[in-house]
Amino acid sequence: MDRVIYTAMTGAQHILDQQATNSNNLANVSTTGFKAQIDSFLSVPIKGGSLDTRSFVVNASGGTDFSPGAIKQTGRTLDLAIEGKGWFSVQRPDGTEGLTRNGSFKISENGILQTAGGRNVLGGGGPITIPPNVNISIGADGTISSVDPAVSGGPSTPIDIIKLSNPDEKSLVRGDDGLFKSVSGAGYVADPTVKVVNGALEDSNVSVIHSMVNMISLARSFDIQMQLMKNAENSDQHAAQLFNLS
Amino acid sequence: MIRSLWISKTGLEAQQTQMDVISNNLANVSTSGFKKSRAVFEDLLYQTLRQPGAQSSQQTQLPSGMQIGTGVKPVATERIFTQGNLQQTSNNTDIAINGSGFYQVLMPDGTTQYTRDGSFQINSTGQLVTSSGYTVQPPITIPANAQTVTVAADGVVSVTLPNTVAQTQVGQIQLATFINPAGLSAKGENLYAETAASGTPNPSNPGANGTGVLVQGFIETSNVNVVEEMVNMIQTQRAYEINSKAITTSDQMLQRLAQLGG
Repeated sequence: MDRVIYTAMTGAQHILDQQATNSNNLANVSTTGFKAQIDSFLSVPIKGGSLDTRSFVVNASGGTDFSPGAIKQTGRTLDLAIEGKGWFSVQRPDGTEGLTRNGSFKISENGILQTAGGRNVLGGGGPITIPPNVNISIGADGTISSVDPAVSGGPSTPIDIIKLSNPDEKSLVRGDDGLFKSVSGAGYVADPTVKVVNGALEDSNVSVIHSMVNMISLARSFDIQMQLMKNAENSDQHAAQLFNLS
Repeated sequence: MIRSLWISKTGLEAQQTQMDVISNNLANVSTSGFKKSRAVFEDLLYQTLRQPGAQSSQQTQLPSGMQIGTGVKPVATERIFTQGNLQQTSNNTDIAINGSGFYQVLMPDGTTQYTRDGSFQINSTGQLVTSSGYTVQPPITIPANAQTVTVAADGVVSVTLPNTVAQTQVGQIQLATFINPAGLSAKGENLYAETAASGTPNPSNPGANGTGVLVQGFIETSNVNVVEEMVNMIQTQRAYEINSKAITTSDQMLQRLAQLGG
């Protein structure tokens, strides 16, 4: 059979994979702080033989769109959105540091500041403990301070500062748990220029229009690959008829 | 079958959960002391199908990797304990909390549960009870011949008895606070129960330790913001449509594939 069928096959296979990535973006259209995945196709020429006549296609979905999402007001004290570039540091179960833009925090039963998924948020020196029975407020630089409700208008006591860093986005990759990490494995340095907005959350940055158009485009490309396979089959049939002796 | 079908399914489920939460908030728009919830989503695990630098064939190498997400999951329905509006009723057993504390209520099984709903009533034995008839803790008994009942900001309940000038104190309402009120488990009937996530209750007198003060003759309205919920509902509906469209498209692609060789 004509080898074009294998070329079409790689096309179809990788279009399916990209459709999966695109569906993942659409599924996360309302996930706080989500960063869309970027797809690209890659042409891989087949080396060897006399001439490089064919190129297979390969899906490369490793990229991330780091553009900021819309900031949505919620009015909740423990909701934080990062204005512009920057990341919150959270603790993975293995103790390593991961980066997220999702600032929907809560206080655990032990008074530790955590993400909605239960990971500890890192402060100046490890996890942040919030004392009980205090009103807390969070400043634009991530400083958490407590105001004793018993002393009205009294001085506020700083508790800790939420670690905000701004590593080079080119060095960041998405971990399998959805948290970002640095390729080089280097630590993240707190950056005082990163600003947070209190009482707000960052929406997902998935562009619905782009994803919908991409979905249609992928579906049509898939149709073309199917057509190519059909053509390969037809050619094969005709060739077989030509050599039919009976 | 193909991944995108299942990924879109997680998207549909997430939007369905969101819609359920919105409907419950809207249904409780006039429940006194009700606190709205919010569905919180996180992206599911990612599958790294190929590491960058892996061989794509014996002669070629991949310059970049491939990572495919597996969708979205609801991680929590978080209750938002912001203060509701205080609405005047002039009923002297309606007592609103202006602050973050909870009333303690004794359940028929002997456990204590917590509520923000201060629309109390007096039962046949003169005890202060919730609208469902559960006794407020510590128990407060109003004498049958009391002329007026006054609840002070610090929870002290005093009554005027016939032919006396001075007020008689009959008890003090206490409020409980939690480290993490969002961790309380909702039991219905406007009641919450303590969980490991909420931490243990810290009872104290109203006005002390951040419990908030009591306001007699007022009830706390639901903190559901109808406009916000309606906007969320529109957004959820569209997101649901988009995800179902992704399922249709994936299905059509599979259909094309199935037609091959037919």
